[in-house]
Amino acid sequence: MKSKGGEKIVFWFMRIITYTVVIFIAYVLFDIFFHGLPAISWEFLFDDPRKSGAEGGIFPAIIGTLLLVLGTIVIALPLGMFSAIYLTEYAKHSKFTQTIRMAIVTLAGIPSIVFGLFGLGLFVITLNFGSSILSGSITLACMILPTIIVASEEALKSVPQYMREGSLALGATKWETIYKNVLPYALPGMLTGAILSIGRAAGETAPILLTAAAFFLPQLPTSVFDQVMALPYHLYILATQHPDAQKILPMQYGTALVLLFLVVCLNLVAIIFRIRVRKKYKW
Amino acid sequence: MNKQQLKDRIVRYFLQTSGSISIIIVVLIFLFLFKEALPFAGSPGLQELFNTSWTPVSFQKESFGIIPLITGSVLVTLFATIIAIPFGIIGAVYISEIANSKEREFLKPFIEILAGIPSVVLGFFGLVVIVPAVKALFGLNTGLTAISGAVILAFMAIPTIITISEDAIKSVPASYKEASMALGASKLLTTWKVVVPAALSGIIAAVMLGMGRVVGETMAVMMVTGNAPVTSFNPFTSVRTMTATIAAEMGEVTFGGEHYSALFWVGIVLMLMTFLLNLVSYRVLKKYGMNEK
Repeated sequence: MKSKGGEKIVFWFMRIITYTVVIFIAYVLFDIFFHGLPAISWEFLFDDPRKSGAEGGIFPAIIGTLLLVLGTIVIALPLGMFSAIYLTEYAKHSKFTQTIRMAIVTLAGIPSIVFGLFGLGLFVITLNFGSSILSGSITLACMILPTIIVASEEALKSVPQYMREGSLALGATKWETIYKNVLPYALPGMLTGAILSIGRAAGETAPILLTAAAFFLPQLPTSVFDQVMALPYHLYILATQHPDAQKILPMQYGTALVLLFLVVCLNLVAIIFRIRVRKKYKW
Repeated sequence: MNKQQLKDRIVRYFLQTSGSISIIIVVLIFLFLFKEALPFAGSPGLQELFNTSWTPVSFQKESFGIIPLITGSVLVTLFATIIAIPFGIIGAVYISEIANSKEREFLKPFIEILAGIPSVVLGFFGLVVIVPAVKALFGLNTGLTAISGAVILAFMAIPTIITISEDAIKSVPASYKEASMALGASKLLTTWKVVVPAALSGIIAAVMLGMGRVVGETMAVMMVTGNAPVTSFNPFTSVRTMTATIAAEMGEVTFGGEHYSALFWVGIVLMLMTFLLNLVSYRVLKKYGMNEK
């Protein structure tokens, strides 16, 4: 048998390995924060880019990302919620249900660039939506749908069974029971899942590369059929395609910081929301 | 049937239809990938895909061999997995077995943050920090190599591996541990000789899910691997993965042309690879009695 001292050494070794990951994350966050912060100014946040992104701001890219995210959630949230309600409240153990579950798992594993190809083939070309907010939003919605369904299902399952039985026993129909006695309590959990998936949609680049994003647009979009600028795509172009990529490093860091801030904030909101909901509804 | 019941039935059918949306999307994805890829099978023909060079734009003869792209993806994925495995597994064992509850409450959300960082931001970080470091460390002409991509991708796979391995480790019955401890085995011995082997299939599934994420990753890998479509097994050279090829070239093709169709074939191969990886890991996890996550 190994000695207590030897065991301690191994545990410390494991601790170091684990904290290496933590240090890496902290380093990424701090590097982007400290180099990005000096670039942030009123002009950077609220002005149009000039000299193909070398000067000026990123306002249209921020708006573009917000519009894409809004479109995505408007499409994905209801679909995901309805799917989840069907799966938890109605579905029986049938071939049909199993096929749905298989489809959800498959969907969750498809690489984002393949969603891009699909969006390009179906929405941009076949349905002739062009490269636009609409094409990009539907594509992103397909991508985050599995996350929303799974989160919504968990929220529904956490509502105790007696809430349903009580309502049914009083003579309410199934839908009345779900609508009045299950959904109100599951809604906060569903929204938490939605916020988390918004964070993912906001940071995605590959799908919108093929379906929605443009590098430089003189004006803000006026309809859902317009192309948009987007933060992740803007960062990608500035960092890799720009002729003066080395010189405009502050602009790149600034864009990265704004994007990271947006995504991390969404995640934090979701986490805080989750904690508050858990405190409020204790069964 | 009264009004109430009618309403109930309508809602039921409506929800059932919404429930099948996932099936519809998956079918549409397969359908449209093949629809756009099909013209290539007629001319120049599928055998062209097995060429050994990818030169889609050329003055003499275009060549659409996807072999170098597949080897590029495999090389990056392999090295990313090799780097991610020790961190992922040791991290999961540490968090679930050794860390105290306060430490765990800090570590878990922190690692979740890593999973939430957009890939383009990690790619940017790789470009400005890791690429120069790799260049200096190994004395290369350029740091835009497969190994730089592998390092970044490893960190994208680690959260997946840790989270799912941790679930697998947690689902090992406490009686196993108690029996081992009762026989006088130390905590260390119990952890590595009893708990980890009992959770092994779940851990392997976790690694495979991580690999699935790595194979499909686009932006980070496109920004740091240099994008040279060459068949190579040396991690210190530039490579081009399947994902990067699609993302980088789709903007410059004529819709419906040979190059366009060829890129859809790349997408199909990519999807089949991730599909297989996921399928096998879910089978394993299911056998394990863990729910689909």
